Amino acid sequence: MKEVEIEARPTKVGVLSCSGESEAEGTIARNAVRLVMEKYRPGLIVTLCLPLYLAGDSGEREFAKKVPVIAVDGCEKACARLATEKYSGEVESWIDIRDLIRQWGVNDELSRSHPGELEQELTERVAQEIVKLVDRLVDEGRVEVEPR
Amino acid sequence: MGEARVYVIPCSGIGKATASVGRDATFQVIEDLRPDTTDTLCLSLLTMGDEEAVAKVIGNKVITIEGCAKDCARKNVEASGTSPDISHRVHEFLKEHRDLKPETVLDTGEGGRKLAEVLAEKVAQEVDELAGSQNRPGE
Repeated sequence: MKEVEIEARPTKVGVLSCSGESEAEGTIARNAVRLVMEKYRPGLIVTLCLPLYLAGDSGEREFAKKVPVIAVDGCEKACARLATEKYSGEVESWIDIRDLIRQWGVNDELSRSHPGELEQELTERVAQEIVKLVDRLVDEGRVEVEPR
Repeated sequence: MGEARVYVIPCSGIGKATASVGRDATFQVIEDLRPDTTDTLCLSLLTMGDEEAVAKVIGNKVITIEGCAKDCARKNVEASGTSPDISHRVHEFLKEHRDLKPETVLDTGEGGRKLAEVLAEKVAQEVDELAGSQNRPGE
């Protein structure tokens, strides 16, 4: 009898934030990812503290092999994307928040430590960008989820 | 390299409210309490082995603040070829101040904000000691 090979699809989407402490966009990245996890797509998102790629055990390095990963970076240095590619595997999508904010025409100085109204608004907008990428993976059938 | 600084580096944790407390405490130290003698850097740059970030931790005193027992900040500094001068875990402070329990990652609440203040005050004192020794030759 011929064996039937069943390929299991992941049931989660990985979203990895750079969380850069030096930059306001790092704070926006961290908070936007948490918003998606807690408010917009709860139960669908898994994440990882980025420095665990170095500090953790080999399990963390399986991250991008187990789930499709969206890297959310505060700036063009792209630590979340590059660290994932270096330690774990390819990313599905990448967001550069500084570039996005520039495209949105925002040139104000932003705070990394005391997010005000503008930073909150930008965090929401970035969260919606992440949601679009998550939903695209679901719509493409890359992730196994209950029908929305 | 520029003027010597004490680098205060939190863990970049995204899963625990204690990591948010460490991040808040760091900002209090570098922006409010000791802006002239401290700085921070993106820990993710150390994870990537960024040369400029590595040079900063090797050439200066370092205090790490951890949100959990995995000690990511300390281990990433060590992977850069040096050790932090002082390493804290937020949980140590929480044990001493059980009434200051942080709430969530996005909003640590009143308790979490006060816990960050306690931690920041402690780190600021340590910065003064380290900054003093940093400016004395041979130490």
